[in-house]
Amino acid sequence: MSDALPIEVTSPTPLLELRGISKEFPGVKALDDVSFAVYPGEVHMLLGENGAGKSSLMKVLCGAYRADAGEFYYKGETVAINSTADAQKLGIAVIFQEFSLVPHLDIAQNIFLGREPKGRIPGTIDRRKILADARRVLDSIGFDIDPSTTVDKLGVAQQQMVEIAKAISQNARILVMDEPTAALSDRETELLFALIARLKADGVSIVYISHRMAEVFALGDRITVLRDGRRIDGVRPADVTPDQLVRMMVGRNVDMTYPRHFADKPGDLLLEVKGLTAPTGISDINIEVRRGEIVGLCGLVGSGRSEVARAIFGADPVTSGEIIFDGKTISGEPDLAARRGIALIPESRKSEGLALLRSVSDNLVVSALRRLFPSGLFDQRRAQRTADGLIRQLRIATPSARQTVGLLSGGNQQKVVIGKWLAAGSKLFIFDEPTRGIDIGAKSEIFALIDRLVAEGAAALMISSEQVEICHVCDRAYVMREGRVAGHLTRSELTEENIVRLGMHHA
Amino acid sequence: MTDITKDAIAPPRSFLSQDAIQVFYRLLAALLICAVLAVLSDSFLSLGNILNVLRQASLTFFIASGLTLVVLTAGLDLSVGANVALSACIAGTVIHTTGSPALGILTGLACGGIVGLLNGIMVTALRIPSFIATYGMLWVLNGLTYWYMAGETLHGFPAGFRQIGSGYLFGLPIPVYLLLVFLGIGTFFAQRTIWGQEIYAIGANPVAARLSGIPVARRLLLVYAVSGTMAGLASIIFLSRLNSAEADIGESLTLPAIAAVLIGGTSLFGGVGTVFGTFIGALILTLVLNGMNLLSVSANWQPLVTGVIVILAVWLDMKTRRRAQ
Repeated sequence: MSDALPIEVTSPTPLLELRGISKEFPGVKALDDVSFAVYPGEVHMLLGENGAGKSSLMKVLCGAYRADAGEFYYKGETVAINSTADAQKLGIAVIFQEFSLVPHLDIAQNIFLGREPKGRIPGTIDRRKILADARRVLDSIGFDIDPSTTVDKLGVAQQQMVEIAKAISQNARILVMDEPTAALSDRETELLFALIARLKADGVSIVYISHRMAEVFALGDRITVLRDGRRIDGVRPADVTPDQLVRMMVGRNVDMTYPRHFADKPGDLLLEVKGLTAPTGISDINIEVRRGEIVGLCGLVGSGRSEVARAIFGADPVTSGEIIFDGKTISGEPDLAARRGIALIPESRKSEGLALLRSVSDNLVVSALRRLFPSGLFDQRRAQRTADGLIRQLRIATPSARQTVGLLSGGNQQKVVIGKWLAAGSKLFIFDEPTRGIDIGAKSEIFALIDRLVAEGAAALMISSEQVEICHVCDRAYVMREGRVAGHLTRSELTEENIVRLGMHHA
Repeated sequence: MTDITKDAIAPPRSFLSQDAIQVFYRLLAALLICAVLAVLSDSFLSLGNILNVLRQASLTFFIASGLTLVVLTAGLDLSVGANVALSACIAGTVIHTTGSPALGILTGLACGGIVGLLNGIMVTALRIPSFIATYGMLWVLNGLTYWYMAGETLHGFPAGFRQIGSGYLFGLPIPVYLLLVFLGIGTFFAQRTIWGQEIYAIGANPVAARLSGIPVARRLLLVYAVSGTMAGLASIIFLSRLNSAEADIGESLTLPAIAAVLIGGTSLFGGVGTVFGTFIGALILTLVLNGMNLLSVSANWQPLVTGVIVILAVWLDMKTRRRAQ
């Protein structure tokens, strides 16, 4: 594509323009001749699968990476961004997904961290001034909160507001937001969108990275699509359909309906949970999962879905109730559940699913050691062969089985977590948000994989906040509310409306 | 990023693991020290001196090898030295009262193992951080040993028993054979058994290890028990070598053992390191101290030199590891 965008823009000169940016890492071309322009007061959506180069571009923008090649122009003048300080001087600020706030300091101190107004006594902070300044910044973004509240008392959405306030206090003119709604509720998302509109009106430009199609069309003024480190196209939302965007992102047609081969009749009972109650806040849970089924476990975040999964797997203690798996009662630690054939694919794969510093091979065989090496003697070559087989079967994109797993993209890391239970020969797969932070291509691959697993006689219990996915993929679903099962939906009853209706608080 | 990065990553991926490279660098360092000492001192290369270095290194290695497993799980065992002292005193008493070295050896190993198991129980069942649990255990064991010995010294053991620490077989000190045996067993256990793999996995991410179906508590119990048992073994060698036991013999053992583990490239954060690395760590430590003795450098400088080597080794490790990522 040419650099000249086929669309008219509000201002003739971009606020910031990147031309021909390239960035190479050992073995990977993260960015390949990417050009990218941000105009004043626009929301510029940055789209691409994981590993497409969004993060790298973002890091080049904010000076965390130095581009190997390329030019930067600020209001038409050539500039250099060689450090985060350079980027800050140009008014570029990034709101990362993981916030950089100090939990036990208050909002005002966090906003002015390192730039605190000095008090009369050397080494002290002028409390009155810092609070007043913070108040002013918070007012400017319409965030009504006492600036002396410590940050650890704030929810995710409020912490995000503090991050934005911090950026604004540094006179940010370009705000880069990385999946800002990933951890927000619908209501919080609305508030964020209102704030974005307000910032736009003040002439602040926003570079917005998202995986959610609805947001792209609701917010975006322009869209840049990246794939494999290259800029594929720049378009206006009005000129494209979601399907076209998906095709640009993945470079092939992806079936967004997640094909599923539903069994004619349900298989044998595999998991039966009776009256399960646990100190983690779930009570009287009754659930059944049969072979060949994908059973959804829905409900709002905090309704106890993950707690049910962890209790079944033995990861949390149980007060009362019974878990019958494959005809036998189980109670105990995860190693027992795992040996009997239960697999848990936890929500936070980095902290709970993987040893990030170890190799792909090490991670793939870790749950299958007893099965692969019944004598107790470990054989590195055999482990490697098993890993190579899984890498091929799951199409894990890695240079080799020896690659450190932390260097893979989110979707491929998720495949490794699933692969480790394939190697273990598990019969019941409990997925906790299996597609969180995963791009569309990897998503449909993972669903195809789950479909194949249950077709071969396994079963799946799937927790997901993406109701569309539950509706497309599951045979039936339980809906949780406040630690209890609020209802059960059969295949024909499984609609987004029904899930929301059952899961809502009736306060 | 520069070309250096590429070079650092490319070769290990093709044929050598990161662990192997770290061990290789350490061997080079040990050889370099040997070369320097051979030039500076005439007596360094004498057979007597080399055997002496190996025997010295073996004592540190016995304690440090068990400790390596603990450190691989991101834990620490500060009680090993005190454990050696208690085990030696109890084993010594048993030999004196029963006259049976075999019974004494078994008691010493059992005493060490039980202390290790207690450490393991504190870490797993009571969830006390290992650093604190074993630090408390250090004081408890010291207290027990001082009370038990009441200022006495155990003296004079059967000649057969003394062979273990000071005897020779085919011209090599017996501790050196034991060193080779336990180096083999330790390396085999860590690299070639599934328990070893599980220990690495626990150290790399204990939460993920538990959720991957590894019986984390049982493996930790095992690791602390092994560390204690190796301290028990060291106590026997000590007893046999010194031909005496006192309450305070363990006080100068723990920190050198930790030094050997760290110089050997095992990360205190867990999941990275090898038993073989610890052997070279013990060797480097002993070589340097031996060299200082031969060159008549005052013994007062030894702690300082040890400290500098530990910091240097860990710093170089972190540098190469960061580059590899």
